[in-house]
Amino acid sequence: MWKWLHPYAKTERAYQLCNTLKPWFWLGALGCLSIGTVWGLLFAPADYQQGDSFRIIYIHVPAAILSMGTYVAMAVAALVGIVWQWRTAFMSMIAMAPVGALMTFIALFTGAAWGKPMWGAWWVWDARLTSELILLFLYFGVMALYAAFDDKQQAGKAAGVMALVGVVNVPIIHYSVEWWNTLHQGATISKFDNPSIAAEMLWPLLINLLGFALFIGAVTGVRLQNEIIRRERHRPWVQQLAAQNLDDKGEKHHAV
Amino acid sequence: MVLPADMVECWPIFYSQRAEPKLSGLIGNNLTSHKQDRCLFQHLHIRLRAGELVHLKGPNGAGKSSLMRILVGLSSPEEGNVSYDGVDISEPAVANNIVFIGHKSGLNGLLSAEENLTYWSAQHQLDVSNAEIYEALAALNLVGMEEVPIKNLSAGQQRRVALARLWLKPATYWLLDEPFTSLDAEGITLMETAFAEHVSKQGAILMTSHQALSERVGRVRVEHLDYRL
Amino acid sequence: MRVLLKGILQRDLTLAFRQKSELMQPLMFLLVVVTLFPLGIGPGPDTLQRIGPGVIWVAAILSSLLGMERLFRDDFADGSLEQMQLSGIPLYQIALCKIITHWFVSFMPLLMLSPLLALFLNLTLPMYTALLLTLLLGTPVISLIGAIAVGLTTGLQRGSLLLALLLIPIFIPLLIFATSAVESAAMQLPYGPQIAIIAAIMLLALALSPFAVSYALKVSQN
Repeated sequence: MWKWLHPYAKTERAYQLCNTLKPWFWLGALGCLSIGTVWGLLFAPADYQQGDSFRIIYIHVPAAILSMGTYVAMAVAALVGIVWQWRTAFMSMIAMAPVGALMTFIALFTGAAWGKPMWGAWWVWDARLTSELILLFLYFGVMALYAAFDDKQQAGKAAGVMALVGVVNVPIIHYSVEWWNTLHQGATISKFDNPSIAAEMLWPLLINLLGFALFIGAVTGVRLQNEIIRRERHRPWVQQLAAQNLDDKGEKHHAV
Repeated sequence: MVLPADMVECWPIFYSQRAEPKLSGLIGNNLTSHKQDRCLFQHLHIRLRAGELVHLKGPNGAGKSSLMRILVGLSSPEEGNVSYDGVDISEPAVANNIVFIGHKSGLNGLLSAEENLTYWSAQHQLDVSNAEIYEALAALNLVGMEEVPIKNLSAGQQRRVALARLWLKPATYWLLDEPFTSLDAEGITLMETAFAEHVSKQGAILMTSHQALSERVGRVRVEHLDYRL
Repeated sequence: MRVLLKGILQRDLTLAFRQKSELMQPLMFLLVVVTLFPLGIGPGPDTLQRIGPGVIWVAAILSSLLGMERLFRDDFADGSLEQMQLSGIPLYQIALCKIITHWFVSFMPLLMLSPLLALFLNLTLPMYTALLLTLLLGTPVISLIGAIAVGLTTGLQRGSLLLALLLIPIFIPLLIFATSAVESAAMQLPYGPQIAIIAAIMLLALALSPFAVSYALKVSQN
């Protein structure tokens, strides 16, 4: 039902949609992240067991949740692209990939940093950290596959297939690793499983989660716009846009 | 029949409403294709009727091969559709009526000419006996080469083996991408005679070639595809 | 059916047996890698028994990656795949046929070699039985999922390292369940659940992979 949409209009419309949404995303991300982080780091009560070191969850947990979420979003975009042959879907998929990989990296880094005071080691083969590590590899795979093709249209489709294969695997990997972990190390390490969390600790976490999500949206928007411009640089509307931009800059120079 | 320009734009609808007999021949309708984000062609219409030879010309990189691959269904166009005698290319049955020989020979170097063609006929669901394969190879002056692994044949001989498929499969549509590559003068004469015969039997040929066809072939319609930025 | 048997299966088997050396190389690699572990870690029978199943599985995955490209590489390069696609046979059936041949020519020899590996690494008979079961059910998953990645990378000139990068993370669950089945067998615990999970993964891959491969090949042909 989407196929009748003219492909040129689609990229152009996607570009404009990004333009409209971007300021709101940046604003929301900045607001949520500063409120959530300040609240979480300075005002939320300390944990009775872990003291202040637990505060890293305000970074770690949103990053971890959204690293998985971004991967699923990529797979959804890939599916849309494959089913409806929508060029912009593949573009947005590949725009998301490095952002998701960054989130995964943040989750891994903060997890390791949290591990040092908690377990006395920078790296412990904890189930969740291991799944995150494998997720990072999956991101690398998709990005490497995309980079390997010269024809970016082909690249998008290929990377999309890989993202779908990966997303089928993510739950299998997650549960297999969790199961492997209980098998090998028993239940001694379960610090991540906080059974319940106090409301005054939870609120800043949720706000930060929203902030991270908006941040991912904003960065993806910028990357999608870049991708569209790079891919469509021969199209008239992009050249018009470039000419307009040059004109604007010229005017500013005159004003100065 | 001449259609008004705006009718051509939407003629599939036009025809289905009129419930006319389906258009015969190979029809590429409104085809658009990009390679590496460069537009090769846009809203291209092409038609190939039975009993016709179309010579597709154009400079390197104009998209001739891409067009051929779209017309046989190896790649899909971004827009538009391809049909053979009114049946869409996505129908598996269409394949029975087409032979495509592209840049790549489609021959495995470790198998002999005879083996390659036997397996090819099996894949294409043709009931071809060994004798018929030998006959086809003989028609292309490859007597004595039937059992030699393809990798030990010269480029011209390999091309002849690839072209032997035209003798094995009774298809109306021949789509040949540079069939004369590495053929000698004798081979080209052979092929041109075969083309003329196929066309006279109401076959249809669409081919690309950088060299002109001789008079032996008979009437040729030339189509140009331009290089665009 | 006859078409597939003669046109694809028989052809691929003929071709495989004309390139015996290419079939043997991954197998020799497997043997050499397995030999490295006792040398690197020490020949203590208990240690070997503990790491044995893991080593065999890791080596099997790595060695299978070496020969994986063969699935579609030659047929893509010489244009045979084009001709197959134009034959009117649905592409997913062609893909499935090729996957079956690939499994048969690259993993059957591995299964035959496995008793020797089990001896090298001091596995007991119950452990070996479990290992054989996991290999029997797990290696088809390698062929099935590997074919998707090969289909995607076959048009690229240097795809083999990329292939490893794409596939190894996907094979992790397989490794986990397989080695844990063998460990359970070592402790004389039932290992039915692990085998069942591997079988389930195999069936899932069997159901989805041919279609993914056919899409992947179409992308590569574009």
